[in-house]
Amino acid sequence: MRHIISILMENATGALSRVSGLFSQRGYNIESLTVAPTDDPTLSRMTLVTKGNDASVEQIVKQLNKLIDVVKVMELSDYKHIEREIMFVKVSASNMEACAAIKRMADIFRARVIDVKNKMYTLEITGSPDKLDGFLETMEDHNLIEVVRSGAMGITRGNAALKI
Amino acid sequence: MKLSGAEIFIECLKAENVDTIFGYPGGAVLFLYDELYKAEERGDIRHILSRHEQGAVHAAEGYAKSTDKPGVCIVTSGPGATNAVTGIADAYMDSVPLVVISGQVPRALIGNDSFQEIDIVGITRPCVKHNFLVTKIEDIAPIMRKAFYIATTGRPGPVVVDIPKDLTSGDDKIPFEYPKDLVMRSYQPTIKGNKRQIKTALDMISKAKKPVLYAGGGVISAGAAKQVTEFAQAFNFPVTNTLMGLGGYPATDKQFIGMLGMHGTFEANRTMHYADLIIAVGARFDDRVTGDIKKFSPYATVIHIDIDPTSISKNISVRIPIVGDIKQVIQSFLDSMEEQNINPDVSAYDAWWKEIKEWQDVNCLHYDQAGDKIKAQFVVEKLWEVTKGDAYVASDVGQHQMWAAQYYKFDKPNRWINSGGLGTMGFGLPAAMGVQLAHPDETVACITGDGSIQMCIQELGTCTQYQLPLNIVNLNNGYLGMVRQWQEFFYEERYAMTYNQSLPDFVKLAESYGHVGIHIDKSSDVEGALREAISDTKRLYFLDFATEPQGNVYPMIPAQYGHNEMYLTKEDAIADIQGKKELEKQELEKQSKQ
Repeated sequence: MRHIISILMENATGALSRVSGLFSQRGYNIESLTVAPTDDPTLSRMTLVTKGNDASVEQIVKQLNKLIDVVKVMELSDYKHIEREIMFVKVSASNMEACAAIKRMADIFRARVIDVKNKMYTLEITGSPDKLDGFLETMEDHNLIEVVRSGAMGITRGNAALKI
Repeated sequence: MKLSGAEIFIECLKAENVDTIFGYPGGAVLFLYDELYKAEERGDIRHILSRHEQGAVHAAEGYAKSTDKPGVCIVTSGPGATNAVTGIADAYMDSVPLVVISGQVPRALIGNDSFQEIDIVGITRPCVKHNFLVTKIEDIAPIMRKAFYIATTGRPGPVVVDIPKDLTSGDDKIPFEYPKDLVMRSYQPTIKGNKRQIKTALDMISKAKKPVLYAGGGVISAGAAKQVTEFAQAFNFPVTNTLMGLGGYPATDKQFIGMLGMHGTFEANRTMHYADLIIAVGARFDDRVTGDIKKFSPYATVIHIDIDPTSISKNISVRIPIVGDIKQVIQSFLDSMEEQNINPDVSAYDAWWKEIKEWQDVNCLHYDQAGDKIKAQFVVEKLWEVTKGDAYVASDVGQHQMWAAQYYKFDKPNRWINSGGLGTMGFGLPAAMGVQLAHPDETVACITGDGSIQMCIQELGTCTQYQLPLNIVNLNNGYLGMVRQWQEFFYEERYAMTYNQSLPDFVKLAESYGHVGIHIDKSSDVEGALREAISDTKRLYFLDFATEPQGNVYPMIPAQYGHNEMYLTKEDAIADIQGKKELEKQELEKQSKQ
């Protein structure tokens, strides 16, 4: 089962490696991990996607909470939540027809062209990881040069919030 | 008044009431040692010089485990710090409160592969409760305060503080202020147990027919032996202790059914197997306790009380988790019993006790000390008699450790000092030093073996320097006995590298350090030698007992076996192994026919 976990932690040196180290030490896998400081510069917020059964994810959440630098942990999958990821795709079109096809697909998926040079398109797309996967599939018809994904980030809907 | 970083460091130790610090000097800690020298001159802090950093950390562990204070160590950068890692990992596994200060190269040199530079914060990250690299002089005091707070509260553990040399030099001085109140938003251990959970647990206890109290090292580190004993006796529960928990419940009490697990008693393991309710207190269902978890206690529901939420439902799924400080939680149990007017019927478990008595009658720890050849079990039992069961006993790791756990009946907490989690050979001697330094007037024994003792043998020099009258009981069978035992059972007696060739003459070795060495090879001489050693409170005695070379520890649950599948004797082991071979043979024949 895929789980998405949000973590508020001290914005301190080593905090990130404590979290990533925990996963490798205990044999948990990390599918994606994204981290940046919050509006409060002393805090960082991390979104982590992992796979495992409920018992192992419960143990992961407890182990995360046990880290001294971790202030709060929330398993977003337990709440109604919104999940987004950003992706850049660089793709080269072989001919004018392909250019049009790329542009059409971008419109359908609401991706934006952010750079063009010599039939080389750089696209930006935001959405759920599923949607990004779907978009990437359509781009495989063309000459895919480079893909950059940010990893998922998430936030709860409504009143629930991860804050101190 | 403005102080240098090194002076601030000393003031922090004083503020934390540190009277003893274990360590070994080196380049990166020269300024700190200069101030330690002055502090010792003033009579503020005593520094104990080990012969190897590993010894310093184990000594600090022995000090901490036998008292209610944290152990404090100081080591230099690079190899000083890496040598300390085994001790730090040991403290991590056994939840020992330690503050380890390591020197670091000057800030300007960090990251340059400088002389004696190592990223000790990175190296120790997986085996500390927390660690710090101090990056400015203003942070020394607050970080020291946090280090002691984190090490000693919640589930205790080691904290490493890495201090770059230039911060301690005195080039920069600032006013000293030790933070009084400390609130950490990211660290607030749960202390009080949930009332509703406690009530549910009491209901469950009242319905149980076959309960067992399974108590671990957490009882001792929480200082809760008195409460847990009272609780157990109020209900007439059978009580079993883990290796780390020995002494948490008086071993000579009639409700005590011995240690459980791989080398636990027959009765303790049967009781666990057939129990309908397990009340686990400060224990963590370690694999050496549970055996194969698929076969573990098939009929029991579990109440688990522990300070560390991650210990709960990690290996065994728990019906009623109660997170909190054991002393407070068990006190809440006792209080709610009084409030609700619960007076347990002590005869409620008579039928259960009758079953347990039958298992006890198997007398699984029986051995036969016939003839001259010394049985290791006999030495431990005599040590218990001679010391009236009231000594502090440190042990190393291996067969002797199990025999010590089985035959030295600890009635008090904090008396049994051993390396349970990490299983560190070489732990015993330095740990015993730490105990003796904390309790100068008490009898301290170190039960060890010819393999383990050689792993930190250099600490005999420390014992000379500080005149520590330890009683070293070396159960010398000439083998790495525990490994040999496994080779005998599971590797068809191929004794790969487990015979200790070219052992030193331990008597001469002890004498060369200025101690008394005695070699004992007759069973009739065992008691006399022990009495002589114990009665001399001034000198260290190294008692080298030549014991039966191929003795085994029984009972034994082989790895991945269930609690009801024990070897009680060699015959059981042979029968089991032959049975398995027979099965394999049949299997092969079947395959070849197909």
